[in-house]
Amino acid sequence: MVGIVTYGSYIPLYRIKTAEIARIWGDDPEHPEKGLGIKSKSVPAYDEDAATIAVEALRNALRRKNIPGEKIGAIFVGSESHPYAVKPTASLIAEVVGAYKAHAADLEFACKAGTAAMQNVYAMVKAGMVDYGVAIGTDTSQGQPGDALDYSASAGGTAYIIGKDEVIAEINHTVSFVTDTPDFWRREGQRYPSHGGRFTGEPAYFKHIITAAKMLMEKASTEPKDYNYVIFHQPNGKFPLRVGKRLGFTKEQIQQGLLTPYIGNTYSGATPTGLSAVLDVAKPGDRILAVSFGSGAGSDAFDITVTDEIEKLDRDAAPKVWDQINRAKYIDYAQYLKFRRMIVEVD
Amino acid sequence: MRDVAIIGAGETKYGEHWEKSLRDLAVEAGLKALEDAGIGAQDIQAIFGGNMSAGSFVGQDHVGALIADFAGLAEHKVPAIRVESACASGAAALHSGYMAVASGLYDIVLVGGVEKMTDLQGDMVTDILAGAADREWEVFFGATFPALGAMMARRYMYEYGLTKEQMALLPVIAHKHGAMNPDAHFQREVTVDQVINAPMVADPLTIMNCSPVSDGGAAVVLASADIARKYTDSPIKISASVAANDYLSLHERESLTRSPSTIEAGKKAYKMAKKEPKDIDLVEIHDAFSIIALLGIEDLGFAKKGEGIKLAEEGQLYYDGDLPYNVSGGLKAKGHPVGATGVGQVVEIVKQLRNEAGKRQVPNARVGLAHNVGGTMTSSIVHILEVM
Amino acid sequence: MVVPRFWRERRSRYSLIGTKCPVCGTVYFPPRSVCPKCGRKSVGKMEEVQLSGKGKVYSYTIVHQNVIGYKYQKPYVMAIIETPEGPKLTGQIVDVEPEKVHIGMPVHAVFRRIAEDGKAGIIQYGYKFVPDEE
Repeated sequence: MVGIVTYGSYIPLYRIKTAEIARIWGDDPEHPEKGLGIKSKSVPAYDEDAATIAVEALRNALRRKNIPGEKIGAIFVGSESHPYAVKPTASLIAEVVGAYKAHAADLEFACKAGTAAMQNVYAMVKAGMVDYGVAIGTDTSQGQPGDALDYSASAGGTAYIIGKDEVIAEINHTVSFVTDTPDFWRREGQRYPSHGGRFTGEPAYFKHIITAAKMLMEKASTEPKDYNYVIFHQPNGKFPLRVGKRLGFTKEQIQQGLLTPYIGNTYSGATPTGLSAVLDVAKPGDRILAVSFGSGAGSDAFDITVTDEIEKLDRDAAPKVWDQINRAKYIDYAQYLKFRRMIVEVD
Repeated sequence: MRDVAIIGAGETKYGEHWEKSLRDLAVEAGLKALEDAGIGAQDIQAIFGGNMSAGSFVGQDHVGALIADFAGLAEHKVPAIRVESACASGAAALHSGYMAVASGLYDIVLVGGVEKMTDLQGDMVTDILAGAADREWEVFFGATFPALGAMMARRYMYEYGLTKEQMALLPVIAHKHGAMNPDAHFQREVTVDQVINAPMVADPLTIMNCSPVSDGGAAVVLASADIARKYTDSPIKISASVAANDYLSLHERESLTRSPSTIEAGKKAYKMAKKEPKDIDLVEIHDAFSIIALLGIEDLGFAKKGEGIKLAEEGQLYYDGDLPYNVSGGLKAKGHPVGATGVGQVVEIVKQLRNEAGKRQVPNARVGLAHNVGGTMTSSIVHILEVM
Repeated sequence: MVVPRFWRERRSRYSLIGTKCPVCGTVYFPPRSVCPKCGRKSVGKMEEVQLSGKGKVYSYTIVHQNVIGYKYQKPYVMAIIETPEGPKLTGQIVDVEPEKVHIGMPVHAVFRRIAEDGKAGIIQYGYKFVPDEE
């Protein structure tokens, strides 16, 4: 059996309300919540980045179950906001946990770099190359002030340790669907991403998620009603509900893993963190569908079954996702710009 | 070991000397001391110069050579060595000079201290001074030097119930004395309200609990006691010169409210000078931060732990009180050119013991104690001086 | 640009690696090669030990005048933290209202950016502290 052995998430303390962002840019303060389904988004503190979030997420996973560094054979860190353009994040993670013999690599694959990391580790464990591997999705995503992304681009991350012993959630199947559909991008040297506006919807998000979800359910011989929970990539609060409805899922199946309304889009962290929120409450036997999406990257889908082992995992040893969401400190737009280093240079 | 006396003393005014360089300040102080001793440069056998950080403040190291050169001593091939012990560099230079004469190696040496601090912007000065703490395990994590002082103060308040208002009495007294010292950086009195309402540097320390950034130089001429009277009618004997050290970083200390290095240096100094705290007529105590002065007062045996501030409340610390404290103005009002301070404290005591201190003269002063510390009371150096 | 000075301390700063004297059992942070209490007997025998990251505020201050590199974080809380293993550590307390910090407050270590060498240089990571959940 190959699957998740332990998991942990990290969401920064700070939040900004989307109405506050709208106030600055002259938009209707109710627009972000009504139009995008986002009330607030998480903001990394001045001293946080995708690497610090990754470390805190992994430490939370290790608090639940300690896996010694020498047993960790693989580390993949998926992000589109690695602190350096050149100098890896995964080696920093290896140093922090003392996993000096791990196969380590960074992934950058739009918002599905985190689930791509999970697939890589899953494959290595399944192949018998490693006993345990770490997969992390983490981001401090960028949105240009005043752009639509300003309402959603946020920060957070989740770490999974995947192995074959004491698995709390078995990964039954995983599939991917990939095309070259550039609905969102950032050119080398550009500080902020650009996007195709409405083009990000139907031909991008919906097509890839629906295709990957159907491929997976076909492979697993399942139907939507077989799942207790479903997690979709969540660039806003509306798309996951809409894509779920089209696939035949209910709001109740989606709710537990739908975090964007409160913390915004954590990009590579989004689907992994949604899944983490589900694992926080899941019971043995629960079946979970998770489908990520990355712009120009496609979708990864996972069919997961929670095992009896989850009752043995000390889930309370680290803060749960919704507890982290609910512990929030709100800041204003000026402070947001300072934290995000948009109005300051390095001292 | 033979007895050592101070036969000459001099210093520059402390303050912002925009027109004077490091070497100008050093030479001015040195020449004043030589003039006071009535000797010429050719009579000097060695120089010990205290300086904390000229390399960082003005990009100049090899300060001993610079001073000797511009004092005209290069011509005489006089050895000149810089001594560094952070803010205790001045006293460390004096300790070195004392040993050099006491040992018999030299008969007459010049001890100087100098710092030129105002050529840099404030945050750079803060950063350099933080070098007196542990750069890698305190400063790296954001600790400024006042932040470390503030943590001592916070802990003292927690353990002994000290209030900000009580702590403010020390700068109030220092400024009262500074107002009577024409060479002080600040020559104005302040009130308790002004101290506690001043801009906060590191809570609970306001800027008025912290010594200023000053330029200045100070120098004394030492001679073996047996020849001292050839040069002056009023030589001042160095009855004790003792240094002691503690762990570098504050977090290594068992307690933040007592200084083992000051306790050790004080005890040994009293023994060496055959004196007790009650024999001391005036003290110059290191008050880089008010809390350090308070610990100094207690750890040198002038008050029980937790009760030092009573001396301030009872008015005993004024120049006409029972324990005249920082009658020069102290580091707080006279100023704190870090490398010069330890020598400057001794210059003040020499003036007092010679009855030359003018308006702030302590009546019948015969024995004085100078307490100079480096870092967070990491290095403590105590000198006891007396009329010969 | 400075790299090795920070690089060589990475294990202690990332993972709170200190040393323990096998003679008297005292734990030190940062690491020491000699135990101040046992002197020669400890030389060459000091053992690595990892601190748990747990601790309590021993003293603290709110810094308003910063050292270089901390301009955009001020006012910030600096503290001395006592650890259950013995050593005290100096570090920032973040994600906290400064006025809520008090002596005895339970905290734990987190991984944060500490400083950076200009816009193009190395980012230096290390420990800070946050209050424990109430």
